[in-house]
Amino acid sequence: MKKPHNIFKKDPNRGLERDLRNQKLIFWLFLFPALFSFFMVQIIPFAIGIYYSFTNWSATAQLSIDWVGMKNYIESFKDFRFLYSTMITTIYTVLNIISVNVVAFFLAMLDTSKLKGRNIYRAGFFLPNIIGGIILGYIWQFIFNQFIPKAAAAIGFSYFSTHLMLGDVKTAVLAMVIVSTWQYAGYIMMIYVAALQNVPADLLEAAQIDGANAWHRFKNITIPMVMPAFTITMFMTLVNSFKQFDVNVSLTGGGPSTTFMGIAIKGTTLLAMHINETSSIYLNTAQARAKAIVFFLVIVSFSLLQVTLTKRKEVEL
Amino acid sequence: MKKNRTNISRVIARNVAEILTIGLVAFFIAPLILVLLNASKTNSQIITNALSLPTNWNTLIKNVVTIWNNPNLRYPQALISSTIVTFFSLSGITIFSAMAAWVLLRTRTKLSSAIFMMFVAAMVIPFQVVMFPLVKWFGVFSKFTGIPMLRSYFGIIVAYIGFGSSMSIFMFHGFMKSIPHEIEEAAYVDGCGKIKTFFYIVLPILKPIYVTILILNGIWIWNDFLLPMLVLGKGTPVQTLPLAVNNFAGAFLVSWDLMMTAILMALVPVVIFFLAAQKHIIKGMVEGSVK
Repeated sequence: MKKPHNIFKKDPNRGLERDLRNQKLIFWLFLFPALFSFFMVQIIPFAIGIYYSFTNWSATAQLSIDWVGMKNYIESFKDFRFLYSTMITTIYTVLNIISVNVVAFFLAMLDTSKLKGRNIYRAGFFLPNIIGGIILGYIWQFIFNQFIPKAAAAIGFSYFSTHLMLGDVKTAVLAMVIVSTWQYAGYIMMIYVAALQNVPADLLEAAQIDGANAWHRFKNITIPMVMPAFTITMFMTLVNSFKQFDVNVSLTGGGPSTTFMGIAIKGTTLLAMHINETSSIYLNTAQARAKAIVFFLVIVSFSLLQVTLTKRKEVEL
Repeated sequence: MKKNRTNISRVIARNVAEILTIGLVAFFIAPLILVLLNASKTNSQIITNALSLPTNWNTLIKNVVTIWNNPNLRYPQALISSTIVTFFSLSGITIFSAMAAWVLLRTRTKLSSAIFMMFVAAMVIPFQVVMFPLVKWFGVFSKFTGIPMLRSYFGIIVAYIGFGSSMSIFMFHGFMKSIPHEIEEAAYVDGCGKIKTFFYIVLPILKPIYVTILILNGIWIWNDFLLPMLVLGKGTPVQTLPLAVNNFAGAFLVSWDLMMTAILMALVPVVIFFLAAQKHIIKGMVEGSVK
């Protein structure tokens, strides 16, 4: 009878205190490596970037860096190249979200319809996704510039044998959408596949017995059940399309030229590339920072808006 | 009768779907086959007819040897550099993120949830926003501490751990929520310290999720172009494969046969890895995306 009593009485306060101290130490010890590198590459550069966007920092040699207030932001919005890039990036993003998700969802529907070789097919669809954007852009540059013209000539489709897709702004944007869909659809497909597999088979069967046809089952059961997946895929395609850079560089290089508001402009320069060029070609490093901050704010607000809108449509079973 | 007919139409529908899918798969892999075919031709053969099949496969071997020895591309060095960068970055990301996610989840304070939110929120920061300040900051940091951050393995590995930690911590955190707290408590009551509990109890349970994290980050790091270009720089001793191919493309974009061979050789390690670990990759992606 005495022993358990003793155990409970054994200096409860001192043990607790030491435990807490230990816990704090372990907390910081475990957190440190990740937090350190995170601060080194994200938080500190982000803060520096915000600061420089309010200065006259430039890539050319200068005596001092001075505070200039909102000047860089105001000038950014007066820059037709920036406005044009924003417009073309928005067009590209919208087209890309539709294209990637439609293709991916279609592939996922096929893939979950109990095909024999579905594992091989998945691998095939997924393969482009593990190839880097730079390499991929060069492959497609070859296809658009060498392969398609000759293939079109061979089958007598004269338009594409004489017009290079990358030679015209409209088709060049389309070419970028094709390449990103090719790259991304297999990955997004996998998310849809996972979601579709989670749709309970007995629910679909019950609906079928109750007389719901395929379209109704699809519309009223499958779609609501995969809504959480839509939140993920829309978010991912939105952010990824908006940030597109690699394919832009290696496929179109920002070209071909066109005119906008009376100035010559490279027709497919997406925002990410434009921000780079503001600093690397126009040497206006501070303005590039301001544009980058605007770019960041646009992405944040887009994503927040998108997530809240899609979340509203989700259902819980 | 009626049942029989629906069965037949179902079989037909399934076969149509099967054939359609095979066609689509062929369409998806065709560009890669095209690379292989054109890497096996001479440049004049490509220019005259990009559609034709290669006439002499020895051309491929000849092209591969040319690329292997090309002084602009330095393929063997690039392959080694890419491997080193990817290996150490992945090790760092997985272990450090798991550690951070665990303490952030198990410590229920305002501070820990604030830190967690910061990691997650940083996922939306586009790389363009931080990249130039990052280079400048790395330069300043090196000057004051003497630790080389630019043009070094150390710098780029720290960078990858920093950029990879956000998503990885988010995923580990999500997965750990599903681990019953009682397992750890039991270990703790049995006299297992916190650190031991983590390495012996928690880490092994995390296996499915760290396979996913390794794969997601591995593909990204192996293929990444912009970060190595900024942190390592072009033409320096440490060059990853995408950088090397880009260096080469700058010099040889007209010579399609060698360009295709360079692309092919950059693809080979990725494709081999994919075919070998295909099941893990796809399973990992499925699990990773739902979390």
